[in-house]
This record gives sequence, structure tokens and C-alpha cells, in this order.
Amino acid sequence: MAHYWNKEIECMPREKLRSLQEKRLQQTVSRVYENVPFYRDAFDKIGLKPDDIKSLDDLKKLPFTNKDDLRDNYPYGLFAVPLSEVIRLHASSGTTGKPTVVGYTRQDIRSWAEVMARSLSCCGANKNSKIQNAYGYGLFTGGLGVHYGAELIGASVIPVSGGHSRRQIMLMKDFGSTILTCTPSYALHLSDVMKEMGVSKDELCLEAGLFGAEPWSLNLRDQIEKRLGIIALDIYGLSEVIGPGVAVECPVKEGLHIWEDHFLAEIVDPETGEQLPPGSYGELVITTLTKEALPMIRYRTRDITRIIPEEGCPCGRTHMKIDRFQGRTDDMLVIRGVNVFPSQIEEVLFRISHTEPYYMIYVDRREQLDELEVWVEVSDEVFSDEVRKLESLEREIRKEIEVVLGINVKVKLVEPKSIERFEGKSKRVIDRRSL
Amino acid sequence: MPVKQITVFLENKCGRLASVARAIGDEGINIRAFSVADTTDFGILRLIVNKPDRAYEVLRNGKFTVRMTEVIAVQIPDHPGGLADVLDLMKEAGINIEYLYAFVTKVSGDALAVFRVENIEEAEQLMIDKGIKVLSGEEVYAL
Ligand SMILES: [Zn+2]
Repeated sequence: MAHYWNKEIECMPREKLRSLQEKRLQQTVSRVYENVPFYRDAFDKIGLKPDDIKSLDDLKKLPFTNKDDLRDNYPYGLFAVPLSEVIRLHASSGTTGKPTVVGYTRQDIRSWAEVMARSLSCCGANKNSKIQNAYGYGLFTGGLGVHYGAELIGASVIPVSGGHSRRQIMLMKDFGSTILTCTPSYALHLSDVMKEMGVSKDELCLEAGLFGAEPWSLNLRDQIEKRLGIIALDIYGLSEVIGPGVAVECPVKEGLHIWEDHFLAEIVDPETGEQLPPGSYGELVITTLTKEALPMIRYRTRDITRIIPEEGCPCGRTHMKIDRFQGRTDDMLVIRGVNVFPSQIEEVLFRISHTEPYYMIYVDRREQLDELEVWVEVSDEVFSDEVRKLESLEREIRKEIEVVLGINVKVKLVEPKSIERFEGKSKRVIDRRSL
Repeated sequence: MPVKQITVFLENKCGRLASVARAIGDEGINIRAFSVADTTDFGILRLIVNKPDRAYEVLRNGKFTVRMTEVIAVQIPDHPGGLADVLDLMKEAGINIEYLYAFVTKVSGDALAVFRVENIEEAEQLMIDKGIKVLSGEEVYAL
């Protein structure tokens, strides 16, 4: 049974949606040309006028925007409204140097709450829900993004933010939280802590979880669903575009609907920038259609996915679907010329089901040759008192990874809890190659 | 009445064996027998202690990967070929031995060995039939 927040929009016929997108694209293009010198210069450089954008087919004529463009124009250079119109600022953590700053008008905050309300409704949220929001509150968009959407629905929000896992579980139990929102790796960590505390999933009222801010595998989903006894759905977003709520998985679990009345999506080849047809994997590029404070033209997300070519979802929503994320263009490791995503290794580890899903990937270069080593924690379930059984487990993991990646790897079994647990985005790769 | 054996997964890192011994030693648990099987990457520590359930709990809480397995403790006659005789008996009966190791202590002059076999009851019965003493868990813990 489908559960919508805004049925008229969510199930809008494609034709109508397309003309709405075209109208909004033209408005956005004119607005950035008039108000953002960066875009005016970029358009002028290639001799493009806002009037040249007549339909969605003209999208590919527009220049890209990169994360570096945000940094170069730090802090407010890309804003399309005066700061007097801006009612909120967020910033994404830059791994190097300055962060990137994003701003919202009152209308932007409303739009964001709207897409978040739709996303939360996808996992069954309504005004009776108790939403335990374990995304970090602060400059990071996760916490407040979920918060405003949950309030718009009229659910009871528990703004617990990240960390303090034992307290999280106590609150979950005592408050009767029905929906959990956090990163998938933190959800898994919470299930570990539950085990340590001797709290069973039957003592909780959890029904669903909306997990995002990092790519995760189907097998990780299975683990979370089993351990917490919930339906776990994927939510996608990035602060440069708006924050969480750009796209969300519906209960059909065959891809994430992009809220196309607000965000226009395309897939391009990460190397050449060329637009790719539906079905091909590449980098997701998003153009905002309603953002006022910080409109984005063809923003390069660096996230790897594909547009699912089949139209029409059994859930009734008409908005296009993208597939689960394969990783990021910057997570992509090139090992001996082969593209490797950590998510591929994760899939294998879960498939050999006994293995606890904690691992680290080490990349080294010895005598001009790249070496990939995967460290996997040994769980109680899979541990044996016989050497040959552990050796055959090690061998099985190695063979399976080699089949998937097509390159040789080393596998090392390590003690439990020896791999650090991450409460935010997981860092699974240590690249020690000096190039 | 098999004997409970504690098995611990160890990475081949300095001091891991010591930290297991320390963890149970601090709880006043005595080690009766042990063996370490290792590969280049990891090791498996097998322990017979006087309080197996308590040791299991302590190590679990100490974040080790632990497993409880059942083994049999066989009194090996103290004369040349004593062990060979026991092994031959098992071989003839088609009992497959996964591994074995010796006890630190002796019982009335005889050596004690721990056997890990697939079918414990069968092995126990065989030893009894052949007049070889098998110690119960209680006897072993009380040594
Ligand atoms: Zn759907």
C-alpha cells in the first residue's frame, strides 16, 4: 500500500512533469545569468544565452558546476539572492582547506521540508510516528533536513543527533521510537551495541529506517533489517543541492525516486562529461529547479549510479528512479588499471554470510605492482577451533573477491572490534601507494 | 562427561597471547592445558581451565572471539608407546582426530592428553572398553 505525502506531485503524469521541469529550468537559467557573475561569465564564454535553453534536450549545452567552483567562490560567491533573503547557512566538511557553504531562503527551507516529508512518507512516516533522528545536527545538513521534514508531517521528532549509542538505545526503547534515521553504518553499530546491552529487537517499536549519507550494499540492508526488525530504505542527498531528500527509495526497493519537480538528473561519463543514455552507469549530475539562494547548474555529484530505464513504479510514483549507488568517483580505486569500488568487496563479504561486515581495504605498491589487502573481522558465528576451517574461509573470501574484481587480492582475518567503528561516513580504504 | 575447551582467535600480533592469559589470570582462573595452532596470519589458542564457563564469559566481555568446544581428556599409560597404543586404537575404530595436545600436569604418574574428535561419545566408549582412563570435566577442572 503506497503512502504518499503529496500524491498530486508524486504521481504526476510524465508529460505534465516534463513541462513543469522545462518551465522551471528556464527560470533557473535566467535567474543565475542575471544574479550570479560566475554563471554569467561561464555562459558568455561559450556564447550561451538563457533563451537558448528551450527544452530539456538543451540541458547538455549548459556548463557544469564542480565542488571546486563552490570553494573558489567561498563563501557566498555563487548565491543568487542577497544575504538579507538567506535564513540558514550550512557547510559541508572539506577534507582539505575551506568548507563549502550553502544558503537557503525561507522558500528553500520549505521546499527542503517538502521533499523530506515525501521521503519520510516513503518509509511509512505519518503524524503518529516517533522519529528518532540520529543524523548529526549542526553545519551538516543531515540532522536539520530530516528534522524539518518530520515536523512538516507532524510526527514527533526525537532530535537525539549522532553518538552516545547506549543512550540512543535506551531512548529508542523508552520513547517507543518507530522510525530511525542515521547513516547505515551507524544503524549497524547500534545493533551491535544492542547485542552488548542484551536488548532484543522485540523490546523496540521500530518499524522502519531511512538511512543515507554514504553508499551501502544490499547485504548491509539485510543485516540491518534482520537485526533491528525493520524495513530499511535508502535516502540520498547532498548539501550542495539541498541536503537529504534529493532522492529516496520506495518500499518496492528497486531504486531511488528523484523528486524531479525540484531536481533535474542526468548521468554523464565521469571522464568526458558526455551525457549517457538511461541504463548506463556514470556520474550523477543534478540541476536544481526551485532553489533560490544557491541554484546549481549541472552540479557534478561525483556519485556513481544509473538511471533505471523502465518507467512506472509499482508504488505509483512517476518520478524517475536511479539505482543504488556504486560508490563515488573519488572512492574509486584504480588497482592495476581496474576500477574497484569498496562496495563491491562489501557485497562479497556479506554474501559469505557468516562474516561480520567489518573490513578495511589496504592498497600498497610493491615493485611497481599494486597490491590490495582486505582485512576482515572474525565473528563468533564463523570462528572455528580448527585451523583448516578458518583457512578455507579465508580462501573462500579471497576467491569470491577475485571473481568480482578480476584482480588478485590478499585476505587477512583479524580479531573482532579491531577495526574502528564509524559513526559518520565510513572510511574503509587506506591507500598507501606513493604515486 | 566431556571436558569443556575454550578456543580463542588470535591475530599474530605481539602480546595477544599474554593479554588472554592475563585476562583469565586476573579472574583467578587456572590454566590446566593449552595449545596454540598458528598460521602466518593468525593463531588459535585452545585452553583447558578450572572454570571454563567463567573464562568464556571473561574473554567474551574482553572482546575476544571465543568458542566453547567439547574434547576428551585421556590418561595415557606411562610407558614407551603409550600414546601410540591409544592412537592406534582410535585409528582402528575409524575415529578421526582433529588435533590433540598434552596436559601440563600428570595424574598418578601418567600423562594426560586432550583429544578433539568428531564423535566424542564413541571415542569415550572405546577408551573405556579398552581399559584406558578418561577423565570427566569435573575431574579435570579439579586437578
Ligand atoms: Zn516506487
